[in-house]
Amino acid sequence: MAGPVVALEGITRVFSLGDVEVHALRGVTLQVARGEFVAIMGSSGSGKSTLMNVVGCLDRPTAGRYLLDGVDVSRQSRAELARTRNKTIGFVFQSFNLLSRTSALENVELPLLYAGVGTRQRRARAAEALTRVGLGDRLEHLPNQLSGGQQQRVAIARALVTNPSLLLADEPTGALDTRTSEEVMSLLTGLRDLTVVLVTHEHDVAAWAQRVVTLRDGQILSDTQQTPFRLDPNRHEA
Amino acid sequence: MGPLQTSRLALRALLRNKLRSFLTALGIIIGVAAVIAMVAIGEGARTQVEETFAAMGTNLLIVMPGSSSSGGARGGFGTQPTLTWDDLKAIQTEASLVSAAAPALRLSGQVQSEEQNWGTSIQGTTPTYFEIRRWQTALGAPMSDSDLDSGAKVMWLGATVAEKLFGPGADPIGQSVRLKGVPFVVAGVLARKGQSPMGQDYDDTVFIPSSTFKARLSPGLGNFLSGVIFVQVRSGEDTARAQRQVSSLLRDRHRLGQGAEDDFSIRNLAEVASAQQEGANTLSALLASIAAVSLLVGGIGIMNIMLVSVTERTREIGIRMAVGATPGQILAQFLVEALVLAIVGGLVGVGLGLFAAQQLSVQFGWPLLVRADIVALATGFSGVVGVGFGLYPALKASRMDPITALRFE
Repeated sequence: MAGPVVALEGITRVFSLGDVEVHALRGVTLQVARGEFVAIMGSSGSGKSTLMNVVGCLDRPTAGRYLLDGVDVSRQSRAELARTRNKTIGFVFQSFNLLSRTSALENVELPLLYAGVGTRQRRARAAEALTRVGLGDRLEHLPNQLSGGQQQRVAIARALVTNPSLLLADEPTGALDTRTSEEVMSLLTGLRDLTVVLVTHEHDVAAWAQRVVTLRDGQILSDTQQTPFRLDPNRHEA
Repeated sequence: MGPLQTSRLALRALLRNKLRSFLTALGIIIGVAAVIAMVAIGEGARTQVEETFAAMGTNLLIVMPGSSSSGGARGGFGTQPTLTWDDLKAIQTEASLVSAAAPALRLSGQVQSEEQNWGTSIQGTTPTYFEIRRWQTALGAPMSDSDLDSGAKVMWLGATVAEKLFGPGADPIGQSVRLKGVPFVVAGVLARKGQSPMGQDYDDTVFIPSSTFKARLSPGLGNFLSGVIFVQVRSGEDTARAQRQVSSLLRDRHRLGQGAEDDFSIRNLAEVASAQQEGANTLSALLASIAAVSLLVGGIGIMNIMLVSVTERTREIGIRMAVGATPGQILAQFLVEALVLAIVGGLVGVGLGLFAAQQLSVQFGWPLLVRADIVALATGFSGVVGVGFGLYPALKASRMDPITALRFE
């Protein structure tokens, strides 16, 4: 499909906290092309979480237009947004957000379950996604039997299993050590043809992106292209 | 997502927390079991009342003689013999709604075997009496018309008297029992009949032929009958009409003019029976409503736990919403969880209730009375309780904001 995956036009988001109005986003216009790997940076309070919620269809903008895959989602109902998230977006969170006491396979199956995919096909696709992230031998493991890096890889498999147009990663390495962070970022950047929006406040993590958008006080401060950081392939020999 | 997958999802969530699921279902289990057991108790009590009246004899009227009146003091019914043997014959032949009538002449007295003696009620009657009261002879031969015609000195013992005079399990047939110094031969022992609705022991009595009674125990009464007349009505619906028929027959025969008081009275046992049955029905309804309240409390238990569960699983709900669960799908999952708890609880409760009812029936010697409609009603009601009390928590879950839910610790 031609055209940008994400097209935001003059997005504002205002929260009313009693009498006080908080302007979290003040007119953000942004496009993310297919296959791009964009990092959104900003200190806390810059509005990057709000932007991520809007882009992720978890929240609706107060004003402005949001075209996701060419579809205007800014005025969709809660149920429509849920279906949009299910079909078009994959989420990776800082705290993994896997269902506890539920096997890796079943966790990955979850989005397909809500999409109404039949049991057999669901199993096959979930197993395939887990194999893709290198956990083909851990299908029946429970989250608490997996390391942090492995849990995040399960979450990535869950995000990929529906073949989404957009993968949203919210501080995906925030709960991981340096080594594991690199593994996870390596995995994310190695996924071909996938559009990724990464929200982070760490420069090390943003360095993996082709493009860095910096937010401040609910507005875009800068939008720059860069040469993405990649691991030295020789390092893997060790 | 189909209903099958929703139920599977709900079931898995319930099994993840087995103890809590069990405790939640326990409220419903106890509620349903209570309904079934309580209704069984009520039904058992009602049946027992019915059996008690069936033991007395069905469709019975008892005609009692009138009161004596001396110096202005009226002695009450039964103190003055006003009924005659001709009255009895008239009732038997002239009252069209009456199928049978038998005299029951009564006296209290001491009976003596060779080794024991016992004060009891002595009744003089005819073979018809035993038919009307459906009273079998357990040992020996039943009373016959020839016993009556010959005025034989033969006696039938009630089970209690037989036991008091000869000891339990003894066979007293052919033994001699003295009554007012006159020796009688024991011709039979009657089957045990139990207690009257008022607690009187039917089996504490002896029977002799009415002709013998008349000649030996109440001489000098002439044509008057020193007791009551048992009347059996042809059909249960006619008892009230038969009562009027017998009443007007006797008023005619006794030449009572208009405005004169009856010199007899007629007891309609069907009326007593229906009053007692009403009492038993009230008891039944009371027990059932208490049980229904406990079922309601069980439902509130479900709501309580589901609310806790929804709060505790906020993050899970957030995750499900993030990956694309619609509010409707979340609602369905929690509703089905509540429904499964209620229905499984209901079914276990039915099992437990049936067991309890069976134990109670053994305990009290009642027939096992489990009404299928009550079982179905209790199970259905527990389902309704599940949906009713599960709806609010499920709605609460479905209305969560995914962003807040995901951030919930």
